[in-house]
Amino acid sequence: MGEEVKLFRTWSSPFALRIVWALRIKGIEYETIFEDISNKSPSLLQYNPVHRKVPVLLHNGRPIAESLVILEYIDETWKQAPLLPVDPHERAMARFWAKFGDDKILGSIWSVFIKQGKEQEEAMVPAMENLKFLEGELKGKKFFGGETIGFVDLALGWLANLIGLLEEIVGLKVVDGEKLPLLSAWMQDFGDAPIIKDNWPARDGMILKFQALRDATIAAASK
Amino acid sequence: MADEIMLLDWWSSMFGMRVRIALVEKGLKYESREEDLNNKSPLLLEMNPVHRKIPVLIHNGKPICESPIIVEYIDEVWKDKSPLLSTDPYQRAQARFWADYIDNKIFQLGGKIWTSKGEDQEAAKKELMECLKILEGELGEKPFFGGENFGFVDVSLVTFSCWFYTYESFGNFSIEAECPKLIAWTKRCLQKSSVSSSLPDSLKIHDFVLQLRKKFGIE
Repeated sequence: MGEEVKLFRTWSSPFALRIVWALRIKGIEYETIFEDISNKSPSLLQYNPVHRKVPVLLHNGRPIAESLVILEYIDETWKQAPLLPVDPHERAMARFWAKFGDDKILGSIWSVFIKQGKEQEEAMVPAMENLKFLEGELKGKKFFGGETIGFVDLALGWLANLIGLLEEIVGLKVVDGEKLPLLSAWMQDFGDAPIIKDNWPARDGMILKFQALRDATIAAASK
Repeated sequence: MADEIMLLDWWSSMFGMRVRIALVEKGLKYESREEDLNNKSPLLLEMNPVHRKIPVLIHNGKPICESPIIVEYIDEVWKDKSPLLSTDPYQRAQARFWADYIDNKIFQLGGKIWTSKGEDQEAAKKELMECLKILEGELGEKPFFGGENFGFVDVSLVTFSCWFYTYESFGNFSIEAECPKLIAWTKRCLQKSSVSSSLPDSLKIHDFVLQLRKKFGIE
C-alpha cells in the first residue's frame, strides 16, 4: 500500500527537525512542505487549527500535531529502528526526560540568551541546574537512548546545534566541557551522526535569526 | 510477586487525582501518602529530585513522575483491564494531543482566575472559556472523549471539574451557561466510581482556596 507522508515545517524550527530525524532514521519517504510563519498556508491552518504551528505530520491525509506526539506516532506506526525502549518503566523515563527538555531546559537556556549582565548571571543558575540533570542521565551511556540514538536524543537534539550558536551570539560558554563533560561529548556525538549532521539548518541563517530575536527581545524589555 | 504500589499525593491536586482514577480503573491496591507540600518528605525528594512535585507513583520501588506519563505507564503495565488508550496509533496520537492541550491551558488559566482581579482576571476567564469550548467541540456528541468508553483524555480533564466551582465563584461566571455539554460530560464521568472516589468535594476545594487567598492577601 502506498503511504503518503507529508511534513509541514519551517527551515529553522527545532521541533520540526525532530520529525525529519525520526523519518530519516526509520527510512520513511516523505514530502516536505515549507511554511512561512508570517504567511501560513490554508493547509496548515486546516490541519492544525488549534495551535497553527509546525510541525504537522500528514499520514494518508490524517494530521498529527505536537512534535513529541508525532514522534510517538511515528514510532508506533513504523516499527523498524525503534525510538522508545520496550520496558514500560524505561519508556516512562524517556517520556520524562523529553518533557523535562521542553518544560525546563528550553526556557532556562532561552532566559540566559535574552538577558544581559547581572540578570544573565542569575539566569545561568537554574540553567546549569537543569543541564546537570541531563549530565547525570548520561552516565555510562553514549546517547540518552544507550548505544544508539533514541527518543530522548531526538527530543533534546536541538541543544547540539543551538547551544553553540547561542554561545557565539552572547559570548558566553553555557555547556562547558569541564563542568558538563558527558553532555559536551553527547553534543559532539549526536551532532556528528550522519543523519543528524546532514539536516542542520543553515548556520548563517540561524545566527542572523537568533541575533535578531535577541535584539528585539532586549529592546522590548527595556521599554 | 505482589505489586507494591505507592502514590505520593496531595488531596486537592488535579494531577494526583488523575493517577487515583487510573489506579481504581485498573482495580489496583495501593498505599496513598499525603505529602505536606511545605515540608516535603525525604522520600518525595529522593523519588522526584528533578521537580520535587507530586504525584509520584512508586511501583516496586521505582518512581514514575508527571501525571500523563504515570497514567500511560499504568495503562501499559496493566493493559488487560479498562484500557485508557486505544491500540490504534492515530487515536493514541489524538488523545495525547488533547491531554497536552489540557495541560498547557487549564491549570494556568484557572489559577489566574482565583489569584487575580480586574482586567487580568477577565482575560483569564475569556481564555479559559475559549479553551473549554474547544474541548467541548472535540467531545462532540460522544459520551466520552474516548468515544464509547472513558479514556485518557477524560482522565486528564475530569479532575479539573471539582475546581470549576472555585473558578466560577472567584471569577463570577458560569461554565455551564456556555459549555452545557461539557458539564453534562462531567456528571456522566462522576457516575463512575473511579472518578467519584478520586475527586474531593467542590466546596472543600473552594474553602481551601479561600484560606489560600487570605494567606496570600488576595482579596
